[in-house]
Amino acid sequence: MAAVIPDHLHDHHHHGPTGLMRWITTTNHKDIGTMYMIFSFIMFLSGGVMALTIRAELFQPGLQVVQPEFFNQLTSMHGLVMVFGAIMPAFVGFANWQIPLMIGASDMAFARMNNWSFWLLPPAAILLLGSFFVPGGAMAAGWTMYAPLSVQMGMGMDMAIFAIHIMGISSIMGAINIVVTVLNMRAPGMTMMKMPLFCWTWLITAYLLIAVMPVLAGAVTMVLTDRHFGTSFFNAAGGGDPVLYQHVFWFFGHPEVYIMILPAFGIISEIIPTFARKPLFGYASMVYATASIAILSFTVWAHHMFTTGMPAVGQLFFMYATMLIAVPTGVKVFNWVATMWRGSLTFETPMLWATGFIFVFTIGGFTGLICAVAPIDIQLQDTYYVVAHFHYVLVAGSLFALFAGAYYWLPKWTGHMADERLGKIHFWCSMVFFNITFFPMHFLGLAGMPRRIPDYALQFADFNAMATIGAFGFGFSQLIFIVVLVKCVKGGEKAAARAWEGAHGLEWTVPSPAPHHTFEVPPVVK
Amino acid sequence: MAESRVNLQQPVTQIATEIYDMHTLMLVICMVIFIAVFGVMFWSVFAHRKSKGAVAAHFHENTTVEIVWTVVPVLILLGMAYPATKTVIAMKDTSNPDITIKATGYQWKWGYDYLKGEGEGVKLISNLSTPSEQLDGRQAKGDNYLLEVDQPLVVPVGKKIRILTTANDVIHAWWVPALGVKQDAIPGFIRDTWFRADKEGVFRGNCAELCGKDHGFMPIEVHVVSAEKYAAWVAEKKGAQAASADDPNKVWDLADLKVRGEKVFAANCAACHQADGKGLPPAFPPLDGSAVVQGPKIAQIDTVLKGREGTAMAAFGKQLSDTDIAAVITYTRNTWGNHTGEAIQPTEIAAAR
Repeated sequence: MAAVIPDHLHDHHHHGPTGLMRWITTTNHKDIGTMYMIFSFIMFLSGGVMALTIRAELFQPGLQVVQPEFFNQLTSMHGLVMVFGAIMPAFVGFANWQIPLMIGASDMAFARMNNWSFWLLPPAAILLLGSFFVPGGAMAAGWTMYAPLSVQMGMGMDMAIFAIHIMGISSIMGAINIVVTVLNMRAPGMTMMKMPLFCWTWLITAYLLIAVMPVLAGAVTMVLTDRHFGTSFFNAAGGGDPVLYQHVFWFFGHPEVYIMILPAFGIISEIIPTFARKPLFGYASMVYATASIAILSFTVWAHHMFTTGMPAVGQLFFMYATMLIAVPTGVKVFNWVATMWRGSLTFETPMLWATGFIFVFTIGGFTGLICAVAPIDIQLQDTYYVVAHFHYVLVAGSLFALFAGAYYWLPKWTGHMADERLGKIHFWCSMVFFNITFFPMHFLGLAGMPRRIPDYALQFADFNAMATIGAFGFGFSQLIFIVVLVKCVKGGEKAAARAWEGAHGLEWTVPSPAPHHTFEVPPVVK
Repeated sequence: MAESRVNLQQPVTQIATEIYDMHTLMLVICMVIFIAVFGVMFWSVFAHRKSKGAVAAHFHENTTVEIVWTVVPVLILLGMAYPATKTVIAMKDTSNPDITIKATGYQWKWGYDYLKGEGEGVKLISNLSTPSEQLDGRQAKGDNYLLEVDQPLVVPVGKKIRILTTANDVIHAWWVPALGVKQDAIPGFIRDTWFRADKEGVFRGNCAELCGKDHGFMPIEVHVVSAEKYAAWVAEKKGAQAASADDPNKVWDLADLKVRGEKVFAANCAACHQADGKGLPPAFPPLDGSAVVQGPKIAQIDTVLKGREGTAMAAFGKQLSDTDIAAVITYTRNTWGNHTGEAIQPTEIAAAR
């Protein structure tokens, strides 16, 4: 796996435009990857401010900070911003930076389309965040935007719908780019089953995106025409059905959950072998497990709808299918643990995050299994138990994996090692405060606290106060990451080409920081 | 109310008991697996460290192990699915109820109609009874803060109660944890669920589906009482309903209409349009100074009866009597800065229906 990079190729980036125009017109996968990540971090902070406002209101019973209408706007927009603005673009950013480096390609397959799929995002974000300032405020129907409540909303809803359309187009273009790149631009000798697992998980994720983003676009477009053009897709008086919206939404929504977690599995599967200094256990079964999860994800959507009054056969089918997903997910966890077993472990910051990920993500997996059981879910649906569950898989899952990946590849991106001490403080603060925030929510949900309420009965007061304290701790811990990033970009210990002792893979054969153009002559993989 | 803070509420029906036990069982199984898997992982974290001189092994697959950890979870899942399947089927069996009650979700209150069985014909509207002073902290919060209503649902102990759910505007969900019941209430459709409470008591729940501004403020309070108490309650309700039935042809004077209208307004309109009539624009427009309220009365009658499509303004035609609608319209047209001097009569409402 030796990469040959002739010296004269290093200078190409001096010919393009400079300043702002460089970023607007760039077709370079590394520039675009960086922009994706900066964008997603800004959205992460915006969504975080909304979360902290929600938690401030819920610190004590009674209405103190915000009024119910605005509270609903906050919960709705927090969800949309975090899912579509923070988590998804962050993974696309990783894909842009890493996939060409990992498969030995010179760039993404469609470089101009890549530019366009990023630059669609800022207008979508402006529509979303700007909707707080229009008459009626932002959309307040929950991130799920259930009809007919979403039909009642003001113009903030229309802005959200258009934002979703734009982000959907962006995601589809990004996904097509990833599929074509992975299938066509691998270096000679890199067969599919030699490909790094991160590329595999993204390839499968990209297929999921292409399959389900149009479904979401259809759902919100039907809401739009119900709102303005007199259709009755979701209105019984006109022959429609409100539950139809939920079926269409969750046919998108459940694969969406895996869109947000499969690339995380990929990142973890790169990091664990590196710091265990041992090859990934069960590579082939990891690939098959990822594919099974993706296929099963199309058959479980109605487990979000057990309380809508499905027939018993429907409930049973979706219950069994959902429980089945526990099997391939379990295989992944077992494989990671087996990779660590009898390794030669060290715990640099990326490995800490990855180990932490396995631990807390699995808690989210178990609560998911409990929610899969229809009778129990009927008690827990729309309670804080569900809020706890999906934050364990999306924060402790997706977000922790993103941090793990960022600490792992920052040396390659910046040429400097990240500050180990700060990185470890960031990890431990995040880990502790995350659990203080979200673990009590299991108890709240079991005891009967509904989600999406601005005020609650007195027996829920103690755990809510605890969750709020944890949330502020968690929020402020993320500022440490900004310090780490700035320090790492500005300077620090020089990173070697192979920044981590146990790292394998083509990205570690190019210098750190990776030059603007890499693999213009494809490497040969043996 | 069962004071559970860390677990499911104390169940009072067979179904809720099954759910409670199933959850306990699954929790135990998950804990055992969790401890086993992470026991292995943390032993590895502890023992297989480079700093302790651990040298990495080179194995990276083992077909036997991989088959075992695929098949064993499948078997465990089958064990979990069996009791769950039985409960799902039992939950769906709404046949042969003793009493059938329709629960209608409104933004933001519950309406109950006793359709069949003892108590047939009783109707009630159930509003949050926690005073707003307790919400904004001007008054100490009571024990049942946000979980109390003016008119609770009353049912007899030991009888199979079938609840039909539907909604008037958006989707709501009728949820009482101790009874093991949660069923979405979907506008334009009827869904059903059932419970048979094994013991008397007061059981509280909430609307569980986001339904707009006051989603957090439409609780459910169920009183499970003895057969005798239930019979007495039904008699009292029916007597009260007969006594309060209005003569539809009575001609009212303005002052009486305003007094009655103020009460109707407080119970039905003030959540959005606010007690001072200023509303919460733009979602909830003001009535004070409104062109509709000060304009021709037929337009306002039409809006109150039929609602406004695509907005939160509900159709009150089916919820309120002619007299109540006449009173509340009269009130809005003759209070705050509105002085039309008109008294709207119940007959005018009946004519506009």
